[in-house]
Amino acid sequence: MSGFRSSMRTPLGRVRNLGASHSGTTDFWRQRLTAMAMTLLIVPVLFVILTLVGRNHAGAAQILGSLPIAIILLLFIVASAWHMKIGMQVVIEDYVHNEKLKLASIMANNFFCFVVALASIYALLKLSSGV
Amino acid sequence: MALSIVHRATGIALYLGTLLLAWWLIAAASGPSAYASLQAFTGSFIGKLIVFGYTWALMHHLLSGIRHFVWDLGYGFKANEREALTWAALIGGIVLTVLIWIIAYAIGGGR
Repeated sequence: MSGFRSSMRTPLGRVRNLGASHSGTTDFWRQRLTAMAMTLLIVPVLFVILTLVGRNHAGAAQILGSLPIAIILLLFIVASAWHMKIGMQVVIEDYVHNEKLKLASIMANNFFCFVVALASIYALLKLSSGV
Repeated sequence: MALSIVHRATGIALYLGTLLLAWWLIAAASGPSAYASLQAFTGSFIGKLIVFGYTWALMHHLLSGIRHFVWDLGYGFKANEREALTWAALIGGIVLTVLIWIIAYAIGGGR
């Protein structure tokens, strides 16, 4: 036996269950889940975007407002917003070591992803409702 | 070959590029004049360069991500396999990007 411990808890006890991050492997799993969702969606999404190339507003609005296309894009937006939120958080945690700056960056990251996703979703719903 | 940093860099580029995608959808929902402004930008030289770069970042990140799926499943860890996967993602990303732009021009995107 050597050294002092500031707590009665063993090192194993501290990382048990959900571990040091308190959220376990949730982010790791969601990163893969959203990646797989986008891998499956990429062909229909590219098809939609290529269909819109070179069209004027009336044509684009009509296509974007159609039900299957709006659903494909909505699924892709949700998956990508989630994926990029997790990805950018990993980058922040790797490079930003000042604790307060790190928390502020993670907050800004959450806000950015949420705003981009919600604005895109609202625009698509507006196009679908045809107002 | 150490291209994991490219996976990360393309991820950051795609992150920022979602602003362009959001602008596109918002412009379409806003009306003809907003959509015309967006098209003026994406039709300009700088705009085309950004969208071309975005296409490459997306294709590379996709293939590089599939490479990570292979590793997640426990395959492809030998030195030559790692090299092959990395080159496949690098070359495949460029090939797919060029292919997508050829299709886009063929159906009228060059207008």
